Amino acid sequence: MTAVTDPTVPRSWMQRNRMTVTPLLFLAPGILFFAVYVIIPIFQSFYISTYEWNGLGELSEQGEFVGLRNYQELMTDRAFEVSLWNNVKWLALYLLAIPAGLFIALFLNQTIAGIRIYKSLFFFPFVLSQVVVGLVFSWFYLPREGLLNAVLGFFGLGSVNVLGDPTLATYGIIAAGLWPQTAYCMILYLTGLNAVDPEQIEAGRLDGAKGWRMLWHVILPQLKPATFIAFVVTIIGALRSFDLISVMTNGGPFGSTRVLSFYMFEKALSEYGFRMGYGSAIAVVLFLIMLVFIGYFLWQMYQDEKSARR
Amino acid sequence: MFPTPIEKRPRAAQITYQALVPLALVMWLLPLIAVALFSIRPLSDFTNGNYWGVPSSFEFFTNYGKVFLESDMPRYMLNSVLITVPTVIGAVALSCMTGFALGIYRFRGNLLIFFMFIAGNFVPFQILMVPVRDLTVDMGLYDTKLGLVLFHIAFQTGFCTLFMRNFIRALPFELIEAARVEGVAEWRIFWFIVLPLMKPAIAALAVLIFTFIWNDYFWAIVLTQGPDAQPVTAGITSFNSQFVAQYHLMSAGSIVAALPPVAMFFLMQRHFIAGLTLGAVK
Repeated sequence: MTAVTDPTVPRSWMQRNRMTVTPLLFLAPGILFFAVYVIIPIFQSFYISTYEWNGLGELSEQGEFVGLRNYQELMTDRAFEVSLWNNVKWLALYLLAIPAGLFIALFLNQTIAGIRIYKSLFFFPFVLSQVVVGLVFSWFYLPREGLLNAVLGFFGLGSVNVLGDPTLATYGIIAAGLWPQTAYCMILYLTGLNAVDPEQIEAGRLDGAKGWRMLWHVILPQLKPATFIAFVVTIIGALRSFDLISVMTNGGPFGSTRVLSFYMFEKALSEYGFRMGYGSAIAVVLFLIMLVFIGYFLWQMYQDEKSARR
Repeated sequence: MFPTPIEKRPRAAQITYQALVPLALVMWLLPLIAVALFSIRPLSDFTNGNYWGVPSSFEFFTNYGKVFLESDMPRYMLNSVLITVPTVIGAVALSCMTGFALGIYRFRGNLLIFFMFIAGNFVPFQILMVPVRDLTVDMGLYDTKLGLVLFHIAFQTGFCTLFMRNFIRALPFELIEAARVEGVAEWRIFWFIVLPLMKPAIAALAVLIFTFIWNDYFWAIVLTQGPDAQPVTAGITSFNSQFVAQYHLMSAGSIVAALPPVAMFFLMQRHFIAGLTLGAVK
C-alpha cells in the first residue's frame, strides 16, 4: 500500500486528477438524464410558448412565431382566470392539512395496545394512488347512491350533489385531496414528536405550561423541521393537483374545477385542441408561481447548508 | 412525551381514549370502507337501490374473478410492474452515484448541481409535458413502456439525489479518509465502503419510488395510450368506462389496482416512513 505515496513511481494523469475526475464520472449519467428530460425541457417550454403550434411536424416548420401573443390572450381568457383563482383556493385550503395532520398526530401520540397498527391505518390514504382516491371520493359524493348523502339523510339533512354543483365542486375535490395530504403531514409530525426532548417538556411542566401554551412554546419550536417539510410537500402538492380533478370532474361542471395544471393539459392535449404554444404559456405561468416557492425552499436549504459546512 | 401520557390520566379518560381511537379510524377510512363494501355486493343490490343495507349476497369471488378474468386489468397490472421495477432500479442506481459524488467530494459547483436536482424535482409536470412528449415521439418510444421508464428514471433522479446525498453526508467521513490514506481507489471506496452503508437508504428509496411510480397517472396518459403500454392508474379509468355504473366491479378493480403499493407499505413500513420523513427530525 505504498504505491501512491512512493515518489519514485511516476503517477498517471488519472491518479493525479482522480479527485476531480471521479465525481465527474459519477455525476455524468445522472446529470445527462436529468438535463435531457427535465432541465432542457423547461427552457424548451418557454420557447414553445412563443409559438402557435398544433404539435405536428417540427416546431420550426409547422409552428408560427407569435411572440408574446399567447400571454396576451391569457389575460383575457376567462377559463384561465377561473383556473388561477382555483389554484389560489387549492393553495390556501390545502395548507389545512398541516394543522389537521398535527392534530391527528397529537391524538395518536400515545402508547396503548395496537397503536402502531392504528398509526399505519391512519396513514393508509397516502399510499393510495390519487386516481383511486378520486374514484373513491366521487362515489362517496354520488347524489343518490353516495355515502355522504346517506349520512346527511340519517341526520335529516337534505342531499347535495357536490361534484355537480359549480360552486361546491372545487371544494369537494380539495377535501378529497386533503385526505391523503393530512395523512402525510400526520406521519411527519408523529416522527417529529418522537424526537421531542422530554427534558424540555419536564422543564415546561415545572414552569406551569400545559395544553396550548406547552404546544405553542415548547413543542412547536422543536417540530420546526417537520413543519418545514410539511409546508414544502403541501405547497407542491397543491400546485401539482391534476389527477383528482381529471378523475373526479374532468374540469367540469362548466369548467369550474379547472386549475392551471389541468387547463394546460386540456389546451395542449385533449379534444379541446392541440394548442401546444398556448398550453406551454399556461405551464410557464404555473412554473413561475412554483418558482417563487422553489426559490424560498432552496434559500432555506442553503441556510442549513452554510451552517452545516465541514 | 406530549400530550400527557394516557397512562397517567384517570381510568375514565383511558377508556374513553381507547374507544375513541377505533371510532376515529372508522370515520377516517369511511370512504374506503364504503368502497370495500361495494366491491363484494351483487349487481342486483345496485339496481334495487340497496346501496347501504346488508348485502343480499356475498359476491367477493364473482366480482374479483370478473376483474381478473373478464377485463384488461391483468394486462394493466403487468404493465405497471414492467414500468415500475426498472424505474426503481434505474433511479436508485443513478442516484447512488450522484449522491456519492455530491456528498463526498468538494469541488466547485457542487452545491449548484445539487440545487439543480432539488429544484428540478419540484417543477410542475406541465412545464415538461410538451417537450418530453415530443422527445418521446421522436425517439419512437411513444406508447411504449420504455418511454415511460426513461422519463421516470430521469425525473426521480432529482428526488433520489437529494435523498442519497443527504444520507451520505451523514455517514462517518473518517472511514473514507482512512481508505484514501490506505490508497484504495475511489470507485472501490464507492463499491466496497459507501454502497454497503447505503443499504437502508436504498431500501427506503426503493419502496418510496415504487409507490410514486405505481401511482403516477399524469405521465401515463401523456406518454401512452391503450392496454399495450398503459399502467393500471390509466387503465382503471378506461376500465371504468367499460363497466359504467357497475359499482361493484369498479370498486373491486380500484382495490386491486391499489393493492401493490399498499402491500409494499405494510411490508416495508419502517423504511417507507424513514424515507418520507427524511430531514423532518434533526
